[in-house]
Amino acid sequence: MFAQLKARFGGPLAMAMLTLLGMWLIVMVTLPQLQMIDYSLRPNLLPAEVGGPKDGWTLDNYVTLFNNDIHRGIFFKTLWSSILVTVLTLIVSYPLAYYLAKVATPRQAALCLLMLIVPFWINEILRTYSWFIILAFRGPLNEILLALGLIERPIRFLNGDAGVMVGMVYAYILFMVFPLYNAIESLDDNQIRAARDLGAGTLRTHRRIVIPHAKPGIATGSIMTFMLAAGSYAVPALLGSPGSRWFTQIIYNWFFEGGNWNQGAAYAFLLLVLCIGFMSLVMKFFKVGLGDIAK
Amino acid sequence: MAFGLRFYIVVFFLYLFLPLIVMAAATFNDSRFPTITPWDGTTLRWFGELWADGGMWQALSNSLLVATGVLCLAVPIGISSALFLNTVSSRAKPFIYALILSPLLTPGVIIGISTLIFWRQFGVSGGIFLTVLGQATFIAAYVMLMVMARLQRFDRTMERAALDLGASQWQMFRRILLPYLKPAILSAAVIAFLQSFENYNTTLFVVGYDTTLTVYIASKVRTGLTPAVNALGLVLILITVAFAVIYEVKRRREQASLARLSRQ
Repeated sequence: MFAQLKARFGGPLAMAMLTLLGMWLIVMVTLPQLQMIDYSLRPNLLPAEVGGPKDGWTLDNYVTLFNNDIHRGIFFKTLWSSILVTVLTLIVSYPLAYYLAKVATPRQAALCLLMLIVPFWINEILRTYSWFIILAFRGPLNEILLALGLIERPIRFLNGDAGVMVGMVYAYILFMVFPLYNAIESLDDNQIRAARDLGAGTLRTHRRIVIPHAKPGIATGSIMTFMLAAGSYAVPALLGSPGSRWFTQIIYNWFFEGGNWNQGAAYAFLLLVLCIGFMSLVMKFFKVGLGDIAK
Repeated sequence: MAFGLRFYIVVFFLYLFLPLIVMAAATFNDSRFPTITPWDGTTLRWFGELWADGGMWQALSNSLLVATGVLCLAVPIGISSALFLNTVSSRAKPFIYALILSPLLTPGVIIGISTLIFWRQFGVSGGIFLTVLGQATFIAAYVMLMVMARLQRFDRTMERAALDLGASQWQMFRRILLPYLKPAILSAAVIAFLQSFENYNTTLFVVGYDTTLTVYIASKVRTGLTPAVNALGLVLILITVAFAVIYEVKRRREQASLARLSRQ
């Protein structure tokens, strides 16, 4: 590999590039992950006990999760809720992506894309915070619903998982829209026209032509959305209540309140396994590779 | 059907922008809590309070420091990996490619946690330094993707022509390749800066007792919430929108010029 780089860029440059790449992949990407796994397999000891008789590899930190009903519940709730967020985001994004790719004129599409990008560039915290204001007990949404006579007293939106769901769909929608848009855009318009001419209705055209073609986009968008949702800390922290905690919050507590980093590392690794598992399933189901995702 | 779709698009964009408008509007409400209902009168005093908030300025300067550090690290790393992938063919390449992409598919909290744990053995605890390292870990991958996209359209005969005309490999890199990649590198730098500036998940774990602007906003939202947070949000939104528009216009121009080039 060095020889090929050297042949193109000369020795010093090739050396510098390989050093930067190696430093990144080894010191910043790989070793920290391995260290985290190693941590998760060791008991939480006092500094004096490290290397002593009590030190050694054990699965205790993983057993904790399965013995703790509350944590286990939160783990599975995070899993189901993240899947739900992914599906909701897909449903909300699909018509928009289809409109941008196939219905809108180039000018309209360009304007819409710009309008989509703007909120996406704004901090996740601020986007979530805006929902905090809207969904508040005495906030505008409750006031409007009261004024319209749809409800008799204000609803506590921020008390359950509903607020978290709304906030997450909002925060991650663009990670779904863009891959979908890219995938649908590459579909030949003639295929849609041909399907219509042959008598397929709207639903059937989508089910048999557009959606199969958009598979790589659906896969990429779902993987990104699920990963962001499962790994989200800000949205549940801002819009959730003590009763609707997210797995990331439990991890945070092990580190900064429980002071048990080993336990926290085990939980973090489980979260990573969850995301990798979801990604592999989706990639297998939609038959796409890593190369498709990077686009 | 077309009408239904158009109606949906309008509702969608309302959904997208209403929250931001509500948040911006709440900045001007003379109420102790950030809300627009009830409207207690219009005021500009929250901008004054924000201006006088020393913690905010400290957090802002930390954020700028971190973003600068991330730029210095992530941009060279991203360029190197793109050039590496563009040059090398080897059986290990798919594996290295997967490794390069992995930070993008890892939840941010986990990048933060692993960075924090790894550096503990060297006695480094959370702070600005670890925040830079943690953020650069995944931002470098974004830079790589953006540089790669332009590199794939690079005509390597230009490279060979330069060498045939007697340029050294360094001169070729400096005079041919870098100028060609410059637009991509600049946009990657802008994206990297923004990504760093608004990062929360990774930062949360590695920031230690320091505070960046996002961490500061989040802590304000949970404790001691006043519309001064909205004032800050509004300022950030305006800056971001300006950034986004300039960036988009530049990108469009570049694409148009590329299209013209390829037509010739």
